[in-house]
Amino acid sequence: MNSGHILLVEDNSDDVALTMRALKSHNITNEVIVARDGVQALEYLFGKDGGSGPEELPAVVLLDLKLPRVNGMEVLQRIRAEERTKLLPVVILTSSDEERDVVDGYSLGANSYVRKPVDFVEFTQAAKQLGLYWLLMNRAAVAPRKK
Amino acid sequence: MIPLRDWPIQRKLTAIFLLISGLVLLLTSAAFVTYQVITLRRMTLKDLSTLGRVIATNSTAALAFANEGDAREILAALRAQPHVVAAGLYDATGRLFARYPPDLAADSLPATPPVDGYRFERGHLVGVEPVAQTANARLDSLYLESDVKAVRDAARLTGIIGTVVVAIALLAAYVLGRALQGRIADPILALTETAKAVSTRQDYSVRAPPSGRDELGALTDTFNQMLARIEEQDRALRESKTELEQRVADRTQELAERNEALRRNAAELLAANTELDAFAYSVSHDLRAPLRSIDGFSQVLLEDYGPKLDEAGRDSLQRVRANSQRMATLIDDLLKLARVTRSEMRTEAVDLSAIARDIVGDLQRAAPERPVEFAIAPGLSARGDSRLLRVVLENLLRNSWKYTGNQARPRIEFGSTGGNGERVFMVRDNGAGFDMKYADKLFGVFQRLHTASEFEGTGVGLATVRRIITRHGGRIWAEGAVDQGATFYFTIVTARAGPGGPS
Repeated sequence: MNSGHILLVEDNSDDVALTMRALKSHNITNEVIVARDGVQALEYLFGKDGGSGPEELPAVVLLDLKLPRVNGMEVLQRIRAEERTKLLPVVILTSSDEERDVVDGYSLGANSYVRKPVDFVEFTQAAKQLGLYWLLMNRAAVAPRKK
Repeated sequence: MIPLRDWPIQRKLTAIFLLISGLVLLLTSAAFVTYQVITLRRMTLKDLSTLGRVIATNSTAALAFANEGDAREILAALRAQPHVVAAGLYDATGRLFARYPPDLAADSLPATPPVDGYRFERGHLVGVEPVAQTANARLDSLYLESDVKAVRDAARLTGIIGTVVVAIALLAAYVLGRALQGRIADPILALTETAKAVSTRQDYSVRAPPSGRDELGALTDTFNQMLARIEEQDRALRESKTELEQRVADRTQELAERNEALRRNAAELLAANTELDAFAYSVSHDLRAPLRSIDGFSQVLLEDYGPKLDEAGRDSLQRVRANSQRMATLIDDLLKLARVTRSEMRTEAVDLSAIARDIVGDLQRAAPERPVEFAIAPGLSARGDSRLLRVVLENLLRNSWKYTGNQARPRIEFGSTGGNGERVFMVRDNGAGFDMKYADKLFGVFQRLHTASEFEGTGVGLATVRRIITRHGGRIWAEGAVDQGATFYFTIVTARAGPGGPS
């Protein structure tokens, strides 16, 4: 399994707990870094106050859309605008299946759009599929190493 | 030259007057002159014959005695009659005996006396009178020749007088005619002027001046009455025109107000729609999250602490999960209903039969063990939004599929009936059906005719269907009976659902 870590951008602590549990229950033990809003996510990826981002980019970003301060779409836009992160796999994982969210998400370059099911059993299944696919099956473009 | 037909009436009348009076005067004058001439000739003839007889009587002695001197003497008495230009006495042998005037050339008189009697010859009056001693003994002949200057003079004079009279009479006729023709022409001219004024100025208030009580007067009166009526009608017309204009103005004003109201309404609707949009969006995101937590942590409890709970505890947690999932379905269905109202319509030709076959295929794949007989009429199509019409058929066919669940030989049909030239589509099944008493409740939101334990459902599907059909300008209704199946009918009037834009 890919040793990379996962960036989970999610403001709802319940969802964070449930997502972590779902991943764990399927033995996906990769490190999960949680950003509680868009600002935190951007700070993690691009560094805080002119600082630099992480040594190694996450294997996948699980991005919620409705976030305080900077929302998911804006985060996605920034990710795709930056040279270093423009090929970073981003999966939108959100409550809504509003048509315009789906269209906007893909238009901005999301790699996938997954709606969080209410049924926790289904949710666990979705998390498992996501983990398996993005951490195991998917071959991401090699991100340039940080200088 | 203007043809007679086109002469002005005054000229025509004058011409007629002059023509008639001229003709009458001419005839009268001619008759008078003729009469004068005839009378004069007669008188001249009579005078000459009297003269002839007197001279003949006087000459008897002279001739009887062949006294030439006496004869000449007698003839010389003719000097008193200047109109006698020549005279001659012939003896019984026909020889010229004496002549007058004495110097008259011999060849101016006939060689022998002509036949007795008086007559006009070669512009002269000629007379031959027998000179006899007794009644039976003829001696000689007297020849007299008189000019007709007097007759001619009289005729000329009469002619001149006649001409002068005719001229004066014609002049008088002309003057009188001019004066009197006004009686006829003036009212006609006045009528003409009035008619001209009416036709050029469209002024129906003018009137022809009244004239006498003759036919022209009647004509003028009738014309004036006609004008009065036209004026009245014209006024009525103007009034109704003004009224009409006022009404148009009123209506325009009203329309403008209504437009304004509509515009306000549209703005309000737009605002409401935007609000609804925002509401639906936040429902979609925010209302589901707590449900996910409730369900998720209930599951966590079941997984982690299940063994420590008794059967009742686990059942309670299952119920919590089931209800949170049901709530999620309700939210999803409501969002679908809202979306149906909000979404833009794209009108195109839609193959309903193909969509129905598609849905039926999905249903059969999902539950291949169910022996449902399908009858889908081919070639059914309508103009509308294909996505929304798919939602309609999906709801109706899934309903039929659901409500035939307890049927031994389930049958579902999609077809159409052509009632009153209107295409009516229908979805029919032989399932649980419903009581017609509640038919009006079928299409209400959250209205259900079955308990969740009989048939599950949220009661939003048919409300969604009706919303879509309404947006397509159509109607939907249902017929059924308990355990006898149900038939849903709907129409689609695409003409009213324009392309694009929420209706």
